[in-house]
Amino acid sequence: MEEPIIEVKHLSKQYNIGMDTAYKTLSESFTFAVRHPMKALMDFRRRNETFWALKDVSFEVKRGEVIGIIGRNGAGKSTLLKILSRITYPTEGEIILNGRVGSLLEVGTGFHPELSGRENIYFNGSILGMKKREIDEKFDEIVKFSGVEKFLDTPVKRYSSGMQVRLAFSVAANLEPEILVVDEVLAVGDSVFQKKCLGKMKAASESGRTVLFVSHNMNAVENLCTRAMLLNNGNIICNSYDTREIISKYLNIHDQSNKSSSWINNGKEFLNPWFTLEKIYFTDEFGNIVDDGHFNNKYNYYYNVHGNIRELDPALQVGYALYDEDNNLLFWTNFNDDKEENWPKLSKGKFCFSGLIPKRCLNEGLYRIEPMVSMYFSEWIIQPGVNAPMLYFEITGGLSESPYWLTRRPGILAPLLKWNVKKV
Amino acid sequence: MIEHATNYKLVIRSKYGFLDINWRELKEYRELLFFLALREIKIRYKQTIMGASWALLQPFFTMIVFTLIFSRLAQMPSDGIPYPIFSYSGLLLWTYFSNALSQSSNSLVDNAPLLSKVYMPRIFIPTAPCISGLVDYVVAMSILVLMMVYYRFVPGISILLLPVIILLAFLLASGVGYWLSSICVKYRDVKFILPFFIQLLLFVSPVIYPVNIVGVNLRWLLYLNPMTGLISAHRSCLLGQIPMDFVGLLISAVTTLIIFLSGALYLKHTEKYFADLI
Repeated sequence: MEEPIIEVKHLSKQYNIGMDTAYKTLSESFTFAVRHPMKALMDFRRRNETFWALKDVSFEVKRGEVIGIIGRNGAGKSTLLKILSRITYPTEGEIILNGRVGSLLEVGTGFHPELSGRENIYFNGSILGMKKREIDEKFDEIVKFSGVEKFLDTPVKRYSSGMQVRLAFSVAANLEPEILVVDEVLAVGDSVFQKKCLGKMKAASESGRTVLFVSHNMNAVENLCTRAMLLNNGNIICNSYDTREIISKYLNIHDQSNKSSSWINNGKEFLNPWFTLEKIYFTDEFGNIVDDGHFNNKYNYYYNVHGNIRELDPALQVGYALYDEDNNLLFWTNFNDDKEENWPKLSKGKFCFSGLIPKRCLNEGLYRIEPMVSMYFSEWIIQPGVNAPMLYFEITGGLSESPYWLTRRPGILAPLLKWNVKKV
Repeated sequence: MIEHATNYKLVIRSKYGFLDINWRELKEYRELLFFLALREIKIRYKQTIMGASWALLQPFFTMIVFTLIFSRLAQMPSDGIPYPIFSYSGLLLWTYFSNALSQSSNSLVDNAPLLSKVYMPRIFIPTAPCISGLVDYVVAMSILVLMMVYYRFVPGISILLLPVIILLAFLLASGVGYWLSSICVKYRDVKFILPFFIQLLLFVSPVIYPVNIVGVNLRWLLYLNPMTGLISAHRSCLLGQIPMDFVGLLISAVTTLIIFLSGALYLKHTEKYFADLI
């Protein structure tokens, strides 16, 4: 039996969450110790409230496994990665590593704005544990992957933020440790670049490296990982090779809190001079309120945003943003997306903006929908993903009339499209 | 493919032995120390008009001011050699030491992102500024050479000791830097104490005055400062006319080694908490 590449045994990490942990002045702790020597000694261990970021976590990883670590914010994922990469140390327990660890907890660590792209590649590479010789060998590949060839000798401070991130990731992606620890770096860059990054990780795992991967992107976890581990409150809830099951478990914990299908303003939220949001709800094709959030794909539904226009402003935009189960934004839509002549006439007073959720466009599954209210290009009143109230609906059944299409198909969307077939 | 043959094994746990130093790792990362120092050098004079000549101007103007005040006004003795070259030869090493020390002491806090996001031997961070400072030292040395030509000084055989003295100054700056930078992670007071501390240290170092200005029975007080022996020896070995104070140098060397080793161990001992505290 091959020995595991990572052995984690009864790992715990405690943090102090008291006020004065980060900054203590010398004189404060000094005078305190002089005045109350006994108390200082006794207090030393239990002065602050403590909190266990990880509690008695044990697991083993075999060579070549790709493990997705999922869990809500504060579940202990990042702490685990930090201990694995020796940034912080455990309070109890130990980890035995039988291979070199390269960690990517944040891209671009150590990038210096004054240095050129070229200089930063070398510096960043060596911080990540690469030898100069290795960087020399991979230099062209790194540059090519990042796509900043033209600006190699420009100080990084003149780069756009996207370019900086791309360059940083390209350096990191060329690391070749036996164990690769990655934290959420895929959340950066545009989608083309994200795809490149995922490809790079896949290649890493295919070449036999062991990868530990923390992410909120369930698609990525499902596609990349051979095994998943769900953390909650510092404990491993489950850990198995059935990544799909673990993901759905995670989503269930995630959504238990409030999966509401309507929302009413208690009168205190989103106060602004232009538009008061009053309530949001779903209706079906016939105007009946759908309050259980169950949709059948055979029918159209409407997302209704009720509000009071208090001051008329032509810049007012109302719309919605639609997300899938994995928090991917599917689209934004606004009531005034059409040409100007077709816009509805607004005036002061109460209005209901009903946005269509078209039938046979989305796939079966759970969706989240958020209102969007803004003053065009100047101010957000309700910003999706930031402060918007969330409503959920679930589509089941009614995918098509075809006997060949009865169950959920792969893909985010499942549109029923018209086909022209003729003899040629 | 990766060779699976590497017998790399590492245990991460909460407590390590007192002298548990991972030499292999220090060796493996040694290029990083070079890159850290190189980065310091490259960014230090970025976006300045004068560039690296600041390394010259700083000690040069201090020398002029010292000469005007201490030599002309206060009639300070200078071991029988012209005061400008006397003070410059002291200032040269002093400037290196004080700049290296202050950058080294702030280095851990200034590089907080490195501490909280990536692993590397922490000891390199406060060491790097002490290495990059050597470049400034060499640049500033050019003025001393010109002055030596002007005043017709020829270094004697003791010039061979110069590398040892520079090494000791480097170890001392790093050692104090290890102590102060680790303490600074927890107690930011260091930032405020430091400039003041360095200023005071100048007055108990034989930069402005020669050691023998202090009576023999009080001289030990001066030797408490490890820079004393180093600055005197530095001057003797460069200028050749002043006899080398071997006792002073030996005292400094011993103190320096103690400070360096204890500092390195203290940093090693506290580095576990850096990421949590910074």
